Amino acid sequence: MARCSVPPKLAIFLIIAVTLILLLPAFGLTFGHPLESSTDQYYIDHSQEQTGSNNVVTAIVFDFRGFDTLGEATVLFIAVLGVAMFFRRRH
Amino acid sequence: MVTGLIGRAAGRLLVPFIFIFGFYIVAHGHLSPGGGFQGGAVIATGVALVLVCYYYKECMERFIEAKDFKLIESAGLILFICTALAGLVLASSFFFNWLNASGGLFGNPVEYGVNAGDLFTAGIIPVLNFAVGIEVFGGLSVVLLYMFAGLKETTKEEDEAEPQNFAQTEELP
Repeated sequence: MARCSVPPKLAIFLIIAVTLILLLPAFGLTFGHPLESSTDQYYIDHSQEQTGSNNVVTAIVFDFRGFDTLGEATVLFIAVLGVAMFFRRRH
Repeated sequence: MVTGLIGRAAGRLLVPFIFIFGFYIVAHGHLSPGGGFQGGAVIATGVALVLVCYYYKECMERFIEAKDFKLIESAGLILFICTALAGLVLASSFFFNWLNASGGLFGNPVEYGVNAGDLFTAGIIPVLNFAVGIEVFGGLSVVLLYMFAGLKETTKEEDEAEPQNFAQTEELP
């Protein structure tokens, strides 16, 4: 296994420093202002008539992005299975 | 392990309201902030309060067993998947909102624009909310019950015989 020529503390410091420099506003990377927002505006405009839900967040989570919620429920199920396997009692 | 009289009385007073509040969050998921995950977590908080306030064995024998919570959790996930599959069978696609504006369950026509909202709208979204709420409630309760099962259990008589047993401290080396 090759030894790392840079000390680990210096490497972590360099990573944080480069990230902070990239996050500076003068560097030109902008976050939170997407140029293409047509999808967001579509959800806001049409969620009530297409899903019947007054809550746009629930309309997205449970209708437009239903597969995502199915995945979340499955992840929770598997996590509970893991805990139940780890803490099981032998009767 | 035993909780004092004040803790038990407060728990007995609070638990029904916690269950009702969690059910409200689940049922109004399509009208107000909240939903299945949050409401299920609130209901599981009530279960945690019951477990903390009373003896673990007492809970198990008197109310509901851990394997029944596992059944509840699996039933929630199965209800979720079956509701989504019914969209594939009855209409065009998986997760299709086949109950929306159909006149049946949760099928009232929605009023467009800003309004207070009707509970019986939004089609399958409340059904999925209830399914996820049941699943999260069952799952977190199973986690709590299995972790409580790892604690050393004493009976009520042992606690009353030596009430200060758990409070004594040992000198650290």
